[in-house]
Amino acid sequence: MIRINCPYCGERDHSEFSYGGDATINYPSLDASEKEWTEAIFFRKNIKGFQFETWHHSNGCRMWLVVERSTVTHEIKSVKPCHPNLQKVVENNK
Amino acid sequence: MTKFNAWNVIKNGLNGQSYWTRQWRDPEPKSSYDVVIIGGGLHGLATAYYLAKNHNIKNVAVLEKGWIGGGNAGRNTTIVRSNYMMPGNHEFYEHSLKLWENLSHELNYNVMFSQRAHVSLFHSPGAKDSVSRIYNIMRLHGTDAELWDLKTLKKKIPHLNYHNSRFPILGAAVQKRAGNARHDAVAWGYARAADTLGVDILQNCEVTGFTRKNGNIESIQTSRGIIKGKKIGFAVAGNTSVLWQMAELGNLPIESHKLQAFVSEAVKPLLDQVVVYGVGGAHFYISQSDKGSMVFGGDLDWYKSYAQRGNLPMVQDVAEAAMAIFPSLGRIRLLRHWAGVMDMTMDGSFFICKTPISNLYLNAGWNYGGFKASPASGWYFADLIANESPHNYVQNHNLERFEKGINIDERGAGPDPKLHG
Repeated sequence: MIRINCPYCGERDHSEFSYGGDATINYPSLDASEKEWTEAIFFRKNIKGFQFETWHHSNGCRMWLVVERSTVTHEIKSVKPCHPNLQKVVENNK
Repeated sequence: MTKFNAWNVIKNGLNGQSYWTRQWRDPEPKSSYDVVIIGGGLHGLATAYYLAKNHNIKNVAVLEKGWIGGGNAGRNTTIVRSNYMMPGNHEFYEHSLKLWENLSHELNYNVMFSQRAHVSLFHSPGAKDSVSRIYNIMRLHGTDAELWDLKTLKKKIPHLNYHNSRFPILGAAVQKRAGNARHDAVAWGYARAADTLGVDILQNCEVTGFTRKNGNIESIQTSRGIIKGKKIGFAVAGNTSVLWQMAELGNLPIESHKLQAFVSEAVKPLLDQVVVYGVGGAHFYISQSDKGSMVFGGDLDWYKSYAQRGNLPMVQDVAEAAMAIFPSLGRIRLLRHWAGVMDMTMDGSFFICKTPISNLYLNAGWNYGGFKASPASGWYFADLIANESPHNYVQNHNLERFEKGINIDERGAGPDPKLHG
């Protein structure tokens, strides 16, 4: 079991969460070329090692998180709210 | 290499089994080959075999970082079927099934291919309609397919749970020519047959880098020295992205996920088919090995991973599915479970294609279905490498299909790799 330290709920089993995917994708502008959109939608770095990825606390607070996790050892370095402004809120409430 | 036949079995029986030769050589790497296949799994070995057999290209090396049979070749549930409907896929997998039917003779090695029928249960009228459509498409293309009503199913497999009120069994879609095989024997059989035709199988030979010249890959750095190849093929599903980035080719439409498989203690004959139970997108498949063990598997672990070990929530999930459909397995003990790393692609279909590097060819993206595909994968990958253009069946199984909008998505699940079964 992987344990994910949800910033809102505390440390929980990963079975409470749903895996999203690569958190570093930047979607291009609407008028960008097909090539750029294909790259953003279909092509992945598929990192072997530490990566930033999204998880949804689907059986908990239902918030989206960005998790820095190793895809080899499953060790987690950091967990943050997906929305950048919510990180400040979480820190202020500590 | 001593051929397996009745005469040799009797002769060695009388001589204390002392005249058998080793199954394949353990050669030192040569400095250069006509074709270097990276990855000594079923697909790599089959490719080397068909390069030598069909295309008379015998100066071939297969590079394996571990040992033959130690990767995904030994980490599957050994199911062979061809129930696909998308153009390209059904012809490809049907060709694979035909190769399976003659594989033991072809390789002079008993791969224990058993056409015991693949029985896919359905649980609602909607599911019946959906599967009927797929199996009708199969029939139109000459693949065997039939529907079993509840009466037939109860006669064939009496001990399924027919009293499940949440997911009542209404019948099954059946492919009788499908079944399973012994996975180790397939790996050893292809290795032995390829070796006999002159292919060098280099184990403990890990690729660590590439040297580029004029846009081509000139040589490969490995843990056993530098090896040159006029043509190079990647057949390393699970780790394709790692090698792809080592060659500085950027991103791929692939995520690596792990899939678990389970083996129980051996019991008396209980199940004479491969049974698939799939409700609500979930997935459970089970068969009984010749030794008597129940061999079964379920879904992915649902998060990206390169670790070859499974996680416990999926063990529970699979055990629950087993109990839902086979309550008689309740007291059976699990002997082993393991995980294999797979290339999950953005549309659930594979790649056998050329790459941006002119002497590099790609075989990747096998999702859940690499085992059954092995013979045809080797067949058409060898064809691509030898003739430098893809066969009609695999002409759209390339990296450009996403940009062109001709995704080959059997499940219609969209661009999320973990959703493709």
